[in-house]
Amino acid sequence: MSTSERNRERDSESTFGDYGGQYVPEALMPALQELEDAYERYVLENEDGFLDEFRERIRDFGGRPTPLQRADRLSDRYDREIYLKREDLVHGGAHKLNNALGQVLLAKYMGKERVIAETGAGQHGTATAMAAAHLDVPCEIYMGRTDINRQRPNVYRMRMNGAEVNPVTAGSGTLKEAINETMRDWATTVERTHYVIGSVVGPHPFPKLVRDFQSVIGREAREQIRDRAGRLPDSVVACAGGGSNTMGAFHEFVPDEDVDLVAVEAGGSSLEIDEAAGLAPNSATLSTGTDGVLHGAMTKLLQQRDGQIVESHSVSAGLDYAGVGPELAHLVETGRVTPVTVDDEAALNGFHRLSNLEGIIPALESSHALGYLEEAHEELGDLVVVNVSGRGDKDLETVLEETENRDLAAAPDVEVFDQ
Amino acid sequence: MSHESTTDAAIESDVEAAIRENHPALITYITAGDPSLEETKAYVEALDRGGSDLIELGLPFSEPIAEGPTIQAAINRALDAGTTPRGFFELVDDLETEAPLLVMTYYNMILQFGGEPDVRPFVERAAEVGLSGIIVPDLPAEEADPLREACDDHGIDLVFIVAPTTEGERLDRIMSQVSGFAYVQARLGTTGARANVSTATHDSLARLSEYDVPKAVGFGVSEGDHAAEIIEAGADGVIVGSALVDIIAEHGSADSGTESQNTAEHADGDAAAELEAKAAELKRGARRGAADEDAPEPEQP
Ligand SMILES: Cc1ncc(COP(=O)(O)O)c(C=O)c1O
Repeated sequence: MSTSERNRERDSESTFGDYGGQYVPEALMPALQELEDAYERYVLENEDGFLDEFRERIRDFGGRPTPLQRADRLSDRYDREIYLKREDLVHGGAHKLNNALGQVLLAKYMGKERVIAETGAGQHGTATAMAAAHLDVPCEIYMGRTDINRQRPNVYRMRMNGAEVNPVTAGSGTLKEAINETMRDWATTVERTHYVIGSVVGPHPFPKLVRDFQSVIGREAREQIRDRAGRLPDSVVACAGGGSNTMGAFHEFVPDEDVDLVAVEAGGSSLEIDEAAGLAPNSATLSTGTDGVLHGAMTKLLQQRDGQIVESHSVSAGLDYAGVGPELAHLVETGRVTPVTVDDEAALNGFHRLSNLEGIIPALESSHALGYLEEAHEELGDLVVVNVSGRGDKDLETVLEETENRDLAAAPDVEVFDQ
Repeated sequence: MSHESTTDAAIESDVEAAIRENHPALITYITAGDPSLEETKAYVEALDRGGSDLIELGLPFSEPIAEGPTIQAAINRALDAGTTPRGFFELVDDLETEAPLLVMTYYNMILQFGGEPDVRPFVERAAEVGLSGIIVPDLPAEEADPLREACDDHGIDLVFIVAPTTEGERLDRIMSQVSGFAYVQARLGTTGARANVSTATHDSLARLSEYDVPKAVGFGVSEGDHAAEIIEAGADGVIVGSALVDIIAEHGSADSGTESQNTAEHADGDAAAELEAKAAELKRGARRGAADEDAPEPEQP
């Protein structure tokens, strides 16, 4: 069997150990089969030069490759070599474009007339809207009410790029509800619509498809760190919501057993679940979740004992999700990836610290990875790569508000903005 | 009649028998716990009196991706009222209906019932309280082996949904696994009452005509005339949910009588009476459809 045949065989499996699968309404099954075929032909086999076109567009339109930058002041502060993978420099301001561009292009190759997507922080919605405008495909985005309120700039950006933004009011109005609503749309329009799912979640083949489009992050980083430091890093650190920047940063390093892979989850304000209220004041699915089925896959979930999914929480909208990608759940279960948590406050400090020391304003999502660096750099070895998954312009309002209410060590005086 | 029983050695299940013997069958759905489990009991009994041949009870799940706004709202009311799987099973245990009962719920609810992710405790409990079948809208045939085996062991039917997009090999595979009846999804999309019968229904029934499995059509059916049209097109049964849930929603909760809402005038009994009348209308419609279907046929050998 050739390598490509072996890869194909492995990649046509719908599960990662116990996780994954296709738990969706019957109406969607033929579309998943169609997507699986398209994935194998275009993404794995480069049929019709799909990958060549993708690479060209993600370079010229997307701005890849992104730099791997040595963070001088952080390196001094922690007395080790800290490198930042600058996904905040991808067009649109986050790693999300890698996947969105890949999928919208794939939808085009598949002959779909329309794309839909859900969004939490608005970064995936923005990336999808940009890719759809770039490739001239009609686009509709579902976004929770709460998230619309805390991520206004991204709502404007989506509208400016010609996408419809449909508010979702159910539940707590965050990512989970937006995914439910996008699935309902898809179940109605499946014959002509592609659902551009925003992370390594959902039914097979989405977790593999999204991982493959995102794995460019780790592929570049692996080469860049070798060039710069002459060896592989001791650890790679990335935040994990659904887990797309995480899998993207980790995938190429998975076979390198000496490289520690650390997934930083949102610890929110507490790691406990309030069973009675059906609330988790965190989004720490890998660290505290239990096995179950949500949004098309068997994975780790924040749920009540009887199976109801709880509302999650994080100061960062993009991490605020009760599920996680099944492959990441599997890598945690098998011990290859270490899940850790950082609370809202440590993330906010991480935000301010990077802004202040390095002149890079990171997304609140990425700030969790930076918060972890502060707390546990001694455990990360001498050479550390941190994935800065996105930039924080979208988060300024939230950060100002949250900073005012707390006593944050790393924060500047923000009162001046109030006058 | 065009529906002689099969000569197969296979024993007909309660569900299959309920459809074949009551052809054309009426299958009704409401959400358990909407607005409370006590009221659900009264409503189920009313649907039974109204002529339901099978009754589906929804066990609410917080992420009902296959439901439209009507049933989604019913599920939220049921969850707000504190409906749990345990309470649900107690209700079923308490019910004495002519019509066999099925549970409709999402896969995670089934998996989590015993405390560890495993389908068996749920199926065992379902058998214990006398449920005859299970419908799981987010469980395609590909993922259904564990649940099907557990259901087989306990003599419970696992009903599969056939969508307008289900064709060719998939259709063969699903039809070979169906037990009880095939749930024919009338149109793409989610549940919800509609004003007309979709052409997808007619196409699906034509595609399914070669399979000797009872077929019941749901998603969007709301009136006696729809039932007539669907039966005439070759279905063995019609499934009605949102139109019944609408009746329950309009009456609100009789329990909340202390509030200054005007729900007091809508006594619990009114909703039950309306549900019974609606079921009877739907059943009459289905019979009309069967009569029209049979009418031109006597000349045929
Ligand atoms: C900048 C950024 N990082 C991370 C995430 C979290 O998603 P994932 O875990 O899929 O990378 C988001 C989601 O919106 C994001 O915008």
